[in-house]
Amino acid sequence: MSATALKSGRPKRVNPARWGLYAFILITALYFLLPLYVMIVTSLKPMAEIRQGHLLALPASPSLAAWVKAWTSACTGLTCEGIRVGFFNSLRILVPSVVISITVGSLTGYALSLWRVRGANILFGAMMVVAFIPYQVFIYPLVRVFSFTGLGQSLATIVTIHTIFGLPTMTLLFRNYFTSLPVELFKAARIDGAGFYQIYARIMMPMATPMIVVAVILQTTGIWNDFILGLVFAGRDNLPMTVQLNNIVNSTQGERAYNVDMAATLLTALLPLVIYFGSGRWFVRGIAAGAVKG
Amino acid sequence: MERSNVDITNLQIGFGGLKVLENLDLHVGASEFLVLLGPSGCGKSTLLNAIAGLIDVKGGEIRIGDRDVTWAEPKDRGIAMVFQSYALYPRMSVRKNMSFGLKVARTPQDEIDSRVGEAAKMLRLTELLDRRPSELSGGQRQRVAIGRALVRHAGVYLFDEPLSNLDAQLRAELRVEIKRLHARLGATMIYVTHDQIEALTLADRIAVMQGGVIQQLDTPSKIYREPVNRFVASFVGSPAMNFLRGRIVRDGGLTFIAGETGFDLNGYAFRSPPSDAPAVLGIRPEHIEITGSDHPSSVTARVEMVEPMGADALVWCRLADGTAFSFRSDADASARSGDLLALRFPAEAFSLFDDQDGQRL
Repeated sequence: MSATALKSGRPKRVNPARWGLYAFILITALYFLLPLYVMIVTSLKPMAEIRQGHLLALPASPSLAAWVKAWTSACTGLTCEGIRVGFFNSLRILVPSVVISITVGSLTGYALSLWRVRGANILFGAMMVVAFIPYQVFIYPLVRVFSFTGLGQSLATIVTIHTIFGLPTMTLLFRNYFTSLPVELFKAARIDGAGFYQIYARIMMPMATPMIVVAVILQTTGIWNDFILGLVFAGRDNLPMTVQLNNIVNSTQGERAYNVDMAATLLTALLPLVIYFGSGRWFVRGIAAGAVKG
Repeated sequence: MERSNVDITNLQIGFGGLKVLENLDLHVGASEFLVLLGPSGCGKSTLLNAIAGLIDVKGGEIRIGDRDVTWAEPKDRGIAMVFQSYALYPRMSVRKNMSFGLKVARTPQDEIDSRVGEAAKMLRLTELLDRRPSELSGGQRQRVAIGRALVRHAGVYLFDEPLSNLDAQLRAELRVEIKRLHARLGATMIYVTHDQIEALTLADRIAVMQGGVIQQLDTPSKIYREPVNRFVASFVGSPAMNFLRGRIVRDGGLTFIAGETGFDLNGYAFRSPPSDAPAVLGIRPEHIEITGSDHPSSVTARVEMVEPMGADALVWCRLADGTAFSFRSDADASARSGDLLALRFPAEAFSLFDDQDGQRL
């Protein structure tokens, strides 16, 4: 359809209901943006300026000193090496966890959707039920299990934990996507002689790109924002960024360095923000591609 | 190229408690083009999938090329298959689509290239080899799917309603192409369709199926001329066969009486000696002819309406008692609605069926 046809067809009248809607959107946006604004300006002010109490005022002379301190020399408990230690810990947890959980989840979803596994529906149902049980329930038993197997608290442990807890969502995501594909594609591949893993790797996964993007976003934000699992299972040397942030913010002696706290918090939130802004288009496209076939 | 025969004995297929096929026997000769024809839900696709090894059977035996493949993997059966929805791998080029199966089977690259090149040439796909399926039209996609089957050099080619997704013109074109392919390769082909025109034009033999049972297995002309029961008679042929209800009466000669109208049965080849019983007379629209009213066995009918169809016209008539039927006349015939016509119903072209079980008499 041409643009002119669209333009001429639409009545241009803004009624009170529409003004109300705009007002609502504006207020909602302010509600969420104001704290962010306060955080950013505070992180750019020196402590002397913060003490004056003008919360909303722009910094007189913006300085990145607090950011540098937060990154390199803020104290997270006994050590004072900044939040960068936590950043790299989180990264070391994140990358293998995301890769392994998506691989395992997509493989499970693929097996449950296209291969007639005996009891597939019961298996899938059980997995979904487990997904709704609060995972605090599992923490103590899992601690016992891992200490029994000798894995204890380690990078491998926390990666395993994230893989297990990501499995229901990842399986659901990929199972539903693969179910929406024409089954004849799978039949054609079988007649072509491809086996279980060949069909998975060479036919199904290349088609699942939008789903992979969705899965990466879900898992990255989920794992990056995790606090309790990292605290319990990662071990003292691998504490994720969220735990380190908590240590910086909650365990200061003497005067509270608001500017450093704000900077550290923003640094911690940076990665999910980048993922969201960078892939929002893909995210929407991925969800849409799952909804309609093709 | 290897040409396998297919022998199916006592095949049983069911899903849960539902029996789809029961004690089915089917033998397809090497190089034969067999069409499985039937309405949706008759079990024809199920049968084809069983031959391909894509669904498990409950009992019976499937042999391809004198090898028992009842429990063999699809790839080990020496078959290739073309699907209704094309089922091309969307992320691969045409070339990769066609060579995927050979790559999986670790065929040497030069062999793959020559087979793909040969099939592409045969199907006029050479220029399209580096395109993605999404960049092709429906007809081109289905040709790629056929090409993907051809490169396998299989003993049996299976087609699952390959033309149903195409528009009428493309369907006719590709139908000819498939027939040409069969003539050229002499390969064994089993072809599933619900379109009786496809069946009649392509097949060496047609198996008409209903309710999981093969109703009739014969050459297209036999199926068309001598349907074994009312189902086959009504399913095959377009425009459809006319059916007149009545009874057979013995009064010196044999006559079929429908309402007040009598049809001379002299010349009809009965399968068993006829009895005095209710029956159904079937006759195809093209077998009824306009004749002079002085003809001894002519039947009078009133024209209700005329459907011009280009090459000819379909004339809808009613007998004196109101029974409706249609016949094919020349396009330039002068029948107008309301006219009274004298028509000849030739007994050689009749199909008489038992009124109860619908079997041919």
